[in-house]
Amino acid sequence: MTHVAVIDYGMGNLHSVAKAIEHVGARANVALKVSVTADPEVLKQADRLVFPGVGAMRDCMAEIRRLNIDTILREQVREKPVLAICVGMQALLQRSEENGGVDCIGLFKGQVRHFGNDLRDASGVQLKVPHMGWNRVRQIQPHAMWHGIPDNERFYFVHSYFVSPDVRAEVMAEAEYPKPFCVALAHENVFAVQFHPEKSQSNGLQLYENFLTWNGQA
Amino acid sequence: MSLAKRIIPCLDCDNGRVVKGVKFVDIRDAGDPVEISKRYCDQGADEITFLDITASSEARNTTIHTVEAIASQVFIPLTVGGGIRTLQDIRNMLNAGADKVGINTSAVLNPEFVREASERFGSQCIVVAIDAKRVSKPGETPRWEIFTHGGRKATGLDAIEWARKMVGYGAGEILLTSMDRDGTKSGFDLALNRAISEAVPVPVIASGGVGNLQDLVDGIIDGKADAVLAASIFHFGEYTIPQAKQYMRERGVEVR
Repeated sequence: MTHVAVIDYGMGNLHSVAKAIEHVGARANVALKVSVTADPEVLKQADRLVFPGVGAMRDCMAEIRRLNIDTILREQVREKPVLAICVGMQALLQRSEENGGVDCIGLFKGQVRHFGNDLRDASGVQLKVPHMGWNRVRQIQPHAMWHGIPDNERFYFVHSYFVSPDVRAEVMAEAEYPKPFCVALAHENVFAVQFHPEKSQSNGLQLYENFLTWNGQA
Repeated sequence: MSLAKRIIPCLDCDNGRVVKGVKFVDIRDAGDPVEISKRYCDQGADEITFLDITASSEARNTTIHTVEAIASQVFIPLTVGGGIRTLQDIRNMLNAGADKVGINTSAVLNPEFVREASERFGSQCIVVAIDAKRVSKPGETPRWEIFTHGGRKATGLDAIEWARKMVGYGAGEILLTSMDRDGTKSGFDLALNRAISEAVPVPVIASGGVGNLQDLVDGIIDGKADAVLAASIFHFGEYTIPQAKQYMRERGVEVR
C-alpha cells in the first residue's frame, strides 16, 4: 500500500490532484491511499507528498507558516519523494516578487519573478499574462519522472510568475514565453513543476504515475 | 511562439443537464455534462467551461456535485461560472475541482468582489465573463455595452472600459460573449473581440456565434482571441474537436 498525502493548506485544486493520483493508481494497479491533509502526523506517515498550490503567494505562505508546513516539508524532503506543483513549486524558492515581495520556504536557491506587463514575442506581438494554456516542455535533463513522456510535449500552465533558480543543474525542463524559463526543478527527493499535471491529460497523468514509483534521490 | 490557442467547449447547464439556447432563450437539451465533458477531453479539448445558467440557490449543490464528477474523470482545466457571488462560492468550486471561476453579474453589482477574489485566490483563477451587446447604430463608431442576468439586464457600462477595469481589479482572463451573436451561428463579433483583446493584457476567450470551423480561425486571427469557446457545433455533432484542430492547424493557428 502506497500512501500519498496531498498537503492541504486551503489554497489548491486539491480535489483534481487527488483524483488524478487515484486515477493513475487504479490504472497502474498500485494499491493506493490518498490523503488530503495538513495533519503533521499523517504527512510524516505518508510514503509520498504532493505539495500543490493555487493562489496568491502572500496568502499561501501565511497559511503554510500558520500550519507549520514549511518546517514539516524541510524535514520530510529528507525522508520521501515530494512532488510540488505550480505555486507549490514557487513556494520552494527563497523569495517571490508577488504581493510586493514574500519570503518563501527556500529549499531551492533563487527567486520567483513576474513575466512583466508588456511581454512581446520576437515579431512584436503582445503575449498575454497570465501565461495560460498548453505549452511545450523541453526536457533539459533526464530524470525518472520523465519516463514515458516524450520531449517537447505540451502541458497546461496558468501562472503570472515563474521560478528563476540559481542552480542550473537543478533545472529539469524549460518552456518558452517568449524567453526560456524553468518549468521543472529537481533536487534529491524533490521534483517540482510549474505546470499542472492533473490538468495536462495523458502526459500529466503519466507524470503522476511516474511519481508513484519514483524512489526519490533522482 | 509555442503556446497553443485553445478550443474550449462550453456546457451551459440547467439543473444538471447540458442545454443550449439561442440568444440566451429557446433552450434545447444536449445531454449529461459528465459524459459530454469526458468525450471532449478524450477528443483533445483544451479546457472545459461549465456555465450554470440556472444558478438558483437550490441548484448550487447539484452544480458542486456535477463539478466534482467532471473533475474526477476529466484531466484538463475546468472553469465554472454562474451564480458565483461570494469568496466561499469560489472556495467551494475550487475544492470541487474547478480551476477557474467565471464571475459575471456579481462583478457588475460589486466590482470589489473581483479584487477580493483575485487577491485571495490569485488572478489566474478569476475569469470575468462579459456579455456585451452592440449599442451603436450601423455606420456609427462601434460601441458595446454590458448586460447581466443572463443577458436580460442592461447596465449602461461600456464593454471596453469595463474589461480594462476588471483586469485592473485582478481578472486573469476575460470570457467575452457577444449577445448579438450567441446561438446564431453567424460567427463571433470580431470587431468586439479585437477591441477587447487589444485593450487588455490578459487572455481573451471569444464566445458567441460559432457556426463553422472558419469562425474559430477568424476569432483567433481577426478577433485576436487567445481561445475560442463554442457549444452547439460540438454538442450536436456537426464537428469534432480533432476536425476543428486540424482545420485551424492547416490555416496557421498553433493548436495542441
